[in-house]
Amino acid sequence: MGKIGKIYRVAGPVVIGKGLDARMFDLVKVGQEKLMGEIIQVNEDLATIQVYEDTGGLKPGEEIESTAEPLSVELGPGLLKSIYDGIQRPLPVLTAMMGDYIKRGASAPGLDREKKWKFSASAKKGDAVEEGDVIGSVDETETINHKIMVPPGVKGKVAEIKEGDFTVEEVVCKLDSGYEITLMQRWPVRKPRTYKQKLPPITPLVTGQRIFDALFPLAKGGVAAIPGPFGSGKTVSQQQLAKWCDAEIIVYIGCGERGNEMTDVLKEFPELKDPKTGKPLMNRTVLIANTSNMPVAAREASVYTGITIAEYYRDMGYDVALMADSTSRWAEAMREISSRLEEMPGEEGYPAYLSAKLSEFYERAGKVTTLGSKEKEGSVSVIGAVSPPGGDFSEPVTQGTLRVVKTFWALDAKMAQRRHFPSINWLTSYSLYLDALSPWYEKEVAIDWRDKVSRSMRILQEEEKLLEIVQLVGSDALPEKEQITLTIARMLREYLLQQNAFHEVDTYCSLKKTYDIMRVILDYSDRAYKALAAGKRAPHILAIKAKDRIPEMKFEKDYEKLLSSIESEMKKEFDAL
Amino acid sequence: MKEYKTISRIAGPLVFVEKTEPVGYADLVKIKLADGTVKSGQVLDTSEEVVVVQVFEGTSGIDRSAGVKFLGENIKLSVSEDMLGRILDGSGKPIDGGPEIIPDKRIDIGGAAINPYSRGNPSDFIQTGISTIDAMNTLVRGQKLPIFSGAGLPHNEIALQIARQARVIGKDVNFVVIFAAMGITSEEAHRFISDFERTGALKRSVVFLNLADDPAIERLITPRMALTAAEYFAFEKDMHVLVILTDMTNYCESLREIGAARSEIPGRRGYPGYMYTDLAMIYERAGMIKGKKGSITQLPILTMIGDDITHPIPDLTGYITEGQIVLSRELHMRNIYPPIDVLPSLSRLMNLGIGKGKTREDHRQVTDQMYADYAEGRDLRGLVAIVGEESLSERDRKLLKFAADFEDQFVRQGKDENRDIESTLGMGWKLLGLLPESELSRISPEFRSKYYGKGKTD
Repeated sequence: MGKIGKIYRVAGPVVIGKGLDARMFDLVKVGQEKLMGEIIQVNEDLATIQVYEDTGGLKPGEEIESTAEPLSVELGPGLLKSIYDGIQRPLPVLTAMMGDYIKRGASAPGLDREKKWKFSASAKKGDAVEEGDVIGSVDETETINHKIMVPPGVKGKVAEIKEGDFTVEEVVCKLDSGYEITLMQRWPVRKPRTYKQKLPPITPLVTGQRIFDALFPLAKGGVAAIPGPFGSGKTVSQQQLAKWCDAEIIVYIGCGERGNEMTDVLKEFPELKDPKTGKPLMNRTVLIANTSNMPVAAREASVYTGITIAEYYRDMGYDVALMADSTSRWAEAMREISSRLEEMPGEEGYPAYLSAKLSEFYERAGKVTTLGSKEKEGSVSVIGAVSPPGGDFSEPVTQGTLRVVKTFWALDAKMAQRRHFPSINWLTSYSLYLDALSPWYEKEVAIDWRDKVSRSMRILQEEEKLLEIVQLVGSDALPEKEQITLTIARMLREYLLQQNAFHEVDTYCSLKKTYDIMRVILDYSDRAYKALAAGKRAPHILAIKAKDRIPEMKFEKDYEKLLSSIESEMKKEFDAL
Repeated sequence: MKEYKTISRIAGPLVFVEKTEPVGYADLVKIKLADGTVKSGQVLDTSEEVVVVQVFEGTSGIDRSAGVKFLGENIKLSVSEDMLGRILDGSGKPIDGGPEIIPDKRIDIGGAAINPYSRGNPSDFIQTGISTIDAMNTLVRGQKLPIFSGAGLPHNEIALQIARQARVIGKDVNFVVIFAAMGITSEEAHRFISDFERTGALKRSVVFLNLADDPAIERLITPRMALTAAEYFAFEKDMHVLVILTDMTNYCESLREIGAARSEIPGRRGYPGYMYTDLAMIYERAGMIKGKKGSITQLPILTMIGDDITHPIPDLTGYITEGQIVLSRELHMRNIYPPIDVLPSLSRLMNLGIGKGKTREDHRQVTDQMYADYAEGRDLRGLVAIVGEESLSERDRKLLKFAADFEDQFVRQGKDENRDIESTLGMGWKLLGLLPESELSRISPEFRSKYYGKGKTD
């Protein structure tokens, strides 16, 4: 037994090695081409290895070399703006190295070794520092200041600290213990990064999407799932979130994604302007792209690579939003590897540890007090897409996910077919953060925010019941009050919930505007019921013209003038009844 | 090269060979029978003790004394521009009586993944001349858009019509059509070939044929052969390639057969757990590459078993491809051709290929409006069955009429009817004219005033 073993068997992406000093989840290099792999099972002197690259041509007898280190990512300046594959190989660098196709045995470090970063120190000689303390920073992009922290497990007094231009490997600070701090640290991806304490989620992650912000909000540090059968607009919803949510750092994982859609993301992101700074959105984004035809083991690793990077920025005190599209493809990768290992399958062929892995992953989200002597808070919010086969929510991945997530945005293919976008079903979606977030909304937006939200929800639920009756007897048979309710519900659906991701104004809606649209619809509702109670007839109430102008607010940047004209006209029309 | 006579076991399509020198995974294998015939295969599993080989031509006639040679390389396809106009079998050998193809190159058929960073962005609208596709589920160059069909539905006619009519507006280049048949009947294959001949398309086509009575295992390499040829034409010869793969259901069944023969633990409905990745390796070989002129557009056809769209084959396919065209038995029974049901159909790349400068400024909104109204009109049919048409409101009656006319005029068209996008959209506006202008809430006032009522003829 030693660091070098030999290939015993090859079957697809799974290789069995013999005579290797095997430790679980250590990284190994397989064969002459040194393909990257990971040890996932040990059986006497045989080690099972999942290989991240195509194994065609590998022969029994070729060498396997263990690195004696688990799969790790490099953390330091240069992560932002990067486009990685599932095991942190920078894709643009691979293109430059070997052309348009990903060939085997390619390796490139996650962080550029040549590039110099301007480091400014904030700690001084003699300062006592501990793990997580910031000793200085680098302007990583125009938007984000990258804090250089003392790595976990390290403490001491600063013996020497430099300033100036450094590469990620050069020492910028020495501690009295002799420990040398560089701009870069490494962290094993399968191990959550340490923090001091988890905090309760009390601020919303504002997304600019009305249905999310108003009815089903997600807290900073929270977890949400978007399940959606194919064709329900899941990808667009996720991209909208990535573009518009108010996290400072975005980590987007295309896990088993379609190549052409990934290209769209890769092309669009660099072109996007950050609405807050006017600078490119890529300045605060890390993209991980592992398309469905790239090796399955790298797909399995990609979500861990992503969340480790997210946690690293959280530790600097940033709010990070991580989107994983899709966790079903990740689960599929687990299933595939498990079946290659000939493990006894659980439900639908998924491994029995599926739900444990899912909850382990989602639990890495959260708002925390970070390590360090000074108080810092940061958060990682996770938005995972699930793609249940045949749209069946009872399947294991969706169920395993639902047990851990607090916000559920149920995409509905039927609504997509009717071109209701975002096609989030308001009857089956939920958010358990509503109560926790209310104080924030009441303070920041409007004191009656929660009240308006509840009323809107009630009307939409009422509509559902009424529609069942309409199905049977037709809408004319309904009492006038219910006819008005139906109209108000339709207004809520079309004017509030529907949002056009491709319209330059409607693509983002501020909380204030969301509130105003909700308010003016409910205002109509109040007046309508009052008029009805005062003996006015429903057809006249429904013929109020001003209400039909509400949707125009969606497409108007400065909508306030329009709003007040709608309001005054509406009042006039009601008075004239 | 060493020949082994150490076959220990033969089971289904698999041959197990023992006591070999180290053999590479996925290597090509030649098996020589006592009567001199040579069969080819591929290594599926290799270890010090035993090597498992899947035999493409089937194992009949193989006995334990057959000689096995490992060629030490992956399966390769000989490609050259002379392939155009040729008919090959499922393993790439000519079967049209013509001369051998003199290779320009030999390419590994496995196909490496395109680096996502190197991919070009598909954005050219392909006009197929079929309204339900052009207007409602637009096909874009570089897209993979499968046809989800059922047994007995005219998917082949539709594929042929697309192959015949597909054009990129303003560009006078024809598509090179690569046609890969997997397990279809010789009658169906004949229909494709004679149509290619009739229209002269054969000259710029390559046909790979694995028919229903050809070895089932060969189907596993047929699409890979076809796509290797497609990549050669697209990315080395700057051509725009349209690949038709029919029928992917047969491909998946072969995959299942291999899995069962290896006694793997089966996944859903007995299909192997890695079917998703396997299909992805085929479908993802569509697209464009930055800086290259050519493109690969894929049109896979699959018949849904029992018309069930949740069956693993259409389900996994839908997760990889960029949408789907779904055929409806109901429309077909009502004699509507092409029986494309637009509601479950989808093109995910549509927005990249439409709009001002590509199709027309109002395209997206017209589509959304027609989708919404057609969906509502179809729902109302259920209501009519209960309460009768008389008790419907005026608006509902108009929607019903819209849905009926939509199917009868917009969906229905002739097999040789090639509608350009202007007339397709014009027809859409004409149908929307059945509804009052105020009902068209998905269309901006600007376009309403420009187009509403203009398409009207009566």
